Amino acid sequence: MTFRFKGTRPSRRQFLAGAATAGAGAVTAATAKAAGDPLITEPLYWAQGLGEGVDATPYGLPIEYESDVVRRNVEWLTADTISSINFTPIHALDGTITPQGCAFERHHSGAIDLPKEDYRLMINGLVDTPLVFTYGDLERFPRENHVYFCECAANSGMEWAGAQLNGAQFTHGMIHNMEYTGVPLRTLLEEAGYQTAGKWVYVEGADASSNGRSIPMEKALDDVLVAFKANGEALRMEHGYPVRLVVPGWEGNMWVKWLRRIEVSDAPVESREETSKYTDTLANGISRKWTWEMDAKSVITSPSPQSPILHGPGPLVITGLAWSGRGAIKRVDVSKDGGKTWETARLAKPGERMALSRFYLDTQWDGEEMLLQSRAMDETGYVQPTKTQLRDVRGLNSIYHNNGIQTWWVKSDGKAENVEVS
Amino acid sequence: MSKFHSITFASSIVALTLCGPLQAEKFGLGRAALPDEIAAWDLDVHPDGTGLPEGSGDVLTGEEVFAENCAWCHGDFAEGVDNWPKLAGGMGTLDHEDPLKTVGSYWPYLSTTWDYINRSMPFGNAQSLTPDEVYGIVAYILYSNDLVDEDFVLSRENLTQVEMPNANGFIIDDRKTTEAHFVTDPCMQDCKDKVEITMRARVLDVTPDTTE
Repeated sequence: MTFRFKGTRPSRRQFLAGAATAGAGAVTAATAKAAGDPLITEPLYWAQGLGEGVDATPYGLPIEYESDVVRRNVEWLTADTISSINFTPIHALDGTITPQGCAFERHHSGAIDLPKEDYRLMINGLVDTPLVFTYGDLERFPRENHVYFCECAANSGMEWAGAQLNGAQFTHGMIHNMEYTGVPLRTLLEEAGYQTAGKWVYVEGADASSNGRSIPMEKALDDVLVAFKANGEALRMEHGYPVRLVVPGWEGNMWVKWLRRIEVSDAPVESREETSKYTDTLANGISRKWTWEMDAKSVITSPSPQSPILHGPGPLVITGLAWSGRGAIKRVDVSKDGGKTWETARLAKPGERMALSRFYLDTQWDGEEMLLQSRAMDETGYVQPTKTQLRDVRGLNSIYHNNGIQTWWVKSDGKAENVEVS
Repeated sequence: MSKFHSITFASSIVALTLCGPLQAEKFGLGRAALPDEIAAWDLDVHPDGTGLPEGSGDVLTGEEVFAENCAWCHGDFAEGVDNWPKLAGGMGTLDHEDPLKTVGSYWPYLSTTWDYINRSMPFGNAQSLTPDEVYGIVAYILYSNDLVDEDFVLSRENLTQVEMPNANGFIIDDRKTTEAHFVTDPCMQDCKDKVEITMRARVLDVTPDTTE
């Protein structure tokens, strides 16, 4: 232990209890006028003693007070926790970059442990020379950096039939947004010499599920990345260490993790993950396939059920996230009355293609109930629809691609609930 | 002399410009994949049967292999145990309120069933089945879906001839046309007369407790 404070270190709880007995009352700036805020007027141990040494934490975790900002799973959603999903705590985050340690996971046969030394990537099929790369080989190709969102096709899927889960983390948290470093898939396909008959690439992972998906060559040559770094460091095990596919704007299932093989083919494989799963059944029983793009979507992350208003009436920051697989977010509108009237929110910075955008509406809350909604618009002019508008086209059984407008019912006590409105 | 150089230079630029777009830059990284390596990893099977290995299996043998390897989760009759996937049943339910999607009622191609079982099942012990065992299991799943008789033998030769009930049940993503009306100039004021709460998540109460 490197702590070098020579006096008695009180716990924060003891300290505040002592302050209350002394008559200081609640320690807000407003109520501490008489005796003064003891957090200001009393000597504090962190201002007297010493903190942790630089050798205490070679790789740090968040401070203990943030222990609720973690991934959560919902047991009843899946048969077991191996082929399952968990959720990013978007209700507690700000900005746009998702910390890797709490960025959601979706596995079909668990998060595998694949050392770099054992990693191999094969390119075969309709190529002049089928190739095998080691991890080291990949680091020798010219690299690119891009920020993109990865949204599970099933994000908000439990909400198709109505309001079900109470929190933005659960209704919208199958998403993360990272800065990726990697090699364009195009570069690797060119290295192997892809043939003109090759209209598709089939990509699969090294895990037991393989998660094979077919991608049209046009997309493969456009902006798909073979990534080995995220947010500056190696991919986390659960996110595909050491190499994953990044497929900008497209459903998360296609972002194949632990990528081990790329096959150039004249036709799609029609694998399990693009027939049985990730196909969207319409009301008439016919199903859409190859619904790759994630449409424009948004959600207010605060206030929200897990992030209630605790400060009473007055200035209020309404904030949230917006994104689109069709391009950059152009505008986000916010309604406080369930969609009767809208005002345009402020984007923290200009929208970036296929990446999360942060929006703010700096407002005054009068303490009355609100029905909060956000509505994203992207650079193609696509406007995020209501859930009713989506159901009018698709019915209730699509499972995937629910980008309908979310409503939070904020009550006069500041608590919020996931609701649907007419 | 200098004139000679500049001419050579100019012509080499022309040559580069001509062959540049035709031939991508190569880095000489990686090595050629060997036939045995490709055979070990390239296992995918296409709807036209490309990728299927030699072999066959009948319904009754498949039932035995299924009972031993699959029934724990998928049930003796492929009907599913607890929350584990149902592989049979649900015929004609796709336009119902709660459709039952199984190999029989939903999957368009039998190649997918073969391919997925071969590579990724049983759950927790994938790639442990022989091709004949996979043919047998697939035959048994077809039988469980009332699609073949109990004396049916599935093989590389006849797999693509099996007609799947929902083979024509899929359309390619048509959002750009059927949802073109979402590209619009949205309403900002007086967008509706009244707003009523129609559903509440708290009433359902299925969210995990988020307090410690």
